[in-house]
Amino acid sequence: MNRRVAVIGFAQSPCLSEAGTTSGVETLVPVLRDALAGAGLHRREVDFWCSGSSDYLAGRAFSFVNAVDAIGAFPPICESHVEMDAAWAFYEAYVKILAGEAETALVYGFGKSSAGRLRRVLALQLDPYATAPLWPDSVSIAALQARLALDAGILSERDMAEVAVRSRADAATNPYAQVAGETTAERLLAEPYLADPLRVHDCAPVGDGAAALVLAADDRARRQHERPAWITGAAHRIDPQTLGERDLTAVPSATAAAAAAELPADLDAAELHAPFTHQELLLRTALGLGDGVRINPSGGALCGNPMFSAGLNRIGAAATLVMSGQAGRVAAHATSGPALQQNLVCVLEAGR
Amino acid sequence: MDIAQAPPLSAPMDIAFDYTRSLGPVLGRFMTGLRDRRVYGGRTSDGRVHVPPLEYDPLTHAPVTDLVEVSPTGTVVSWSWMSRPLEGQPLDLPFGWALIRLDGADTALLHAVDAGDPGRMRTGMRVRIRWAAEPVGHIRDIACFEPGDTPFSASPAAAASTPVTTMTTPIRLHYRHTTSAEESRYLRALAEGRLLGQRCPVCRKVYVPPRVCPADGVPPDEEVAVADRGTVTTFCVVNVPFAGQRLDPPYVVAQVLLDGADIPLPHLIVGCPAEEVRMGMRVAAVWREPERWSTTPENIAHFAPAGEPDAPYESYADHL
Repeated sequence: MNRRVAVIGFAQSPCLSEAGTTSGVETLVPVLRDALAGAGLHRREVDFWCSGSSDYLAGRAFSFVNAVDAIGAFPPICESHVEMDAAWAFYEAYVKILAGEAETALVYGFGKSSAGRLRRVLALQLDPYATAPLWPDSVSIAALQARLALDAGILSERDMAEVAVRSRADAATNPYAQVAGETTAERLLAEPYLADPLRVHDCAPVGDGAAALVLAADDRARRQHERPAWITGAAHRIDPQTLGERDLTAVPSATAAAAAAELPADLDAAELHAPFTHQELLLRTALGLGDGVRINPSGGALCGNPMFSAGLNRIGAAATLVMSGQAGRVAAHATSGPALQQNLVCVLEAGR
Repeated sequence: MDIAQAPPLSAPMDIAFDYTRSLGPVLGRFMTGLRDRRVYGGRTSDGRVHVPPLEYDPLTHAPVTDLVEVSPTGTVVSWSWMSRPLEGQPLDLPFGWALIRLDGADTALLHAVDAGDPGRMRTGMRVRIRWAAEPVGHIRDIACFEPGDTPFSASPAAAASTPVTTMTTPIRLHYRHTTSAEESRYLRALAEGRLLGQRCPVCRKVYVPPRVCPADGVPPDEEVAVADRGTVTTFCVVNVPFAGQRLDPPYVVAQVLLDGADIPLPHLIVGCPAEEVRMGMRVAAVWREPERWSTTPENIAHFAPAGEPDAPYESYADHL
């Protein structure tokens, strides 16, 4: 089957340091409405719904069930959920459409990171025998990865600060960003360490948010949107969970995903899901992105990292560049797990 | 306070669970070793020694069976400084996180280093295990690492021959739970002894408690007073005792369709023998004393038989 799948709609909430209810339902309602409006699709025309969120973030079991109210699940609908960033829900929906089991799909992600203490909650995604019982927090783990890259001479603290400077400047035109503004590397490097060698500017802010993306196949996509963003490659790969088992500076799973997705060299732009400055630099190398590729025109996750939708936001931001005619060929990347353990890459293109 | 304008209610929520995990043949030997103040790595087919050991060889996919003892001293491969330790971490004074390659191992173990000052931390520094006073067969038997190149002197572990097969890890998490604006209005009305329904603007159904309409995907907008009496649509008799139970079994939990509402509310039925509760039974709320009311459904202690004739099935058939 040579089915083609395209993104035909995307919407997100502003990323806020604290927003809305713990359930996320109220945050989702306007986001779902806007995504469907952008795709010219009615709720009842969606064949498959798929979401990404986390019970540990919400602090209760089956937390995604509440959110199902926002999609109008009566009469019954076809629905699924991943306990990961919604970029992986996107992958599930993409495969569902490729397999001919749906013609349209809506993918959404949501999370209220501010309800608990995010860097501590994320310790629970680690190996539960030898690592999680020590409660190593997500910022410290990222710092261990940054130190390895610094010691290896792959990057410098100035390189990292320059990523933050560029991201914040780009985020100035992104109304959904949590952090934005003009600054200089000198100013950022004068700040104290948060988790040596990481400073505050090296780390994404903790934020709440939601996002929704609409997919459609072939003629349906063409009918719904004048410039669908066609998915011409998509793959995800995973590295060992135990931090000491892998080369944390190389991100082999990102490289493998890029190869499987046949990531082209002549991209106009790439949205990378890098919650830490050094991770953007590692990903650029791992994905083989040249200097001609514009990185994170949205400002990226460094300027707004709503957990469980920040990866989907990257796909949405990249697709929006194509749907709006600003770019012809773009890539999106999403990550999950500690220190870039799991990576998803997709390529989006205008026309056919 | 104007209920419509007040900010959403929020409250602390703490959750905790002691995870008890079976260890299996490889991690069981690793944790047994820690209890005896020894560190074992697993050797894979390429000759590499992994600490902690892997359960399966990543190259051959065969179970790892060759466990070898490695040194309690090692080298820091990478580090970071934790200036304000978080709850549950190995030390409660500032410390270094480090990836540490123990002598004899080919992979690095993550743990804490009690270095006192970030100026003492560096890549390549030599560290040794500081053993916990009373090892039990858990990763926390390694209390932390400390700078040093000779093994930490600890009194020999008490002779124990029983292999460690399980480990228990307590998990404690703290949240601030926040309601929606609609839920807040409902809970604040409860604190005044009122049951407040809210109507979906599309299908006109009245929800108690309020929720985004599951049929239309929109929040309710119009407030509707509903009665504190209604009809049992369905019920179950709880016969099973469980932790935290407040009533002695048997007792009845029922779905009560309040007069004026379109979805039933779960609550207790008390005031008649469990075997007399039936579908269609009319019940009325029994409120606690008003001085105990707060923003909680517990203001209604339970529902009790209202002494009215049963409602006809057709009156609640669409609400099951």
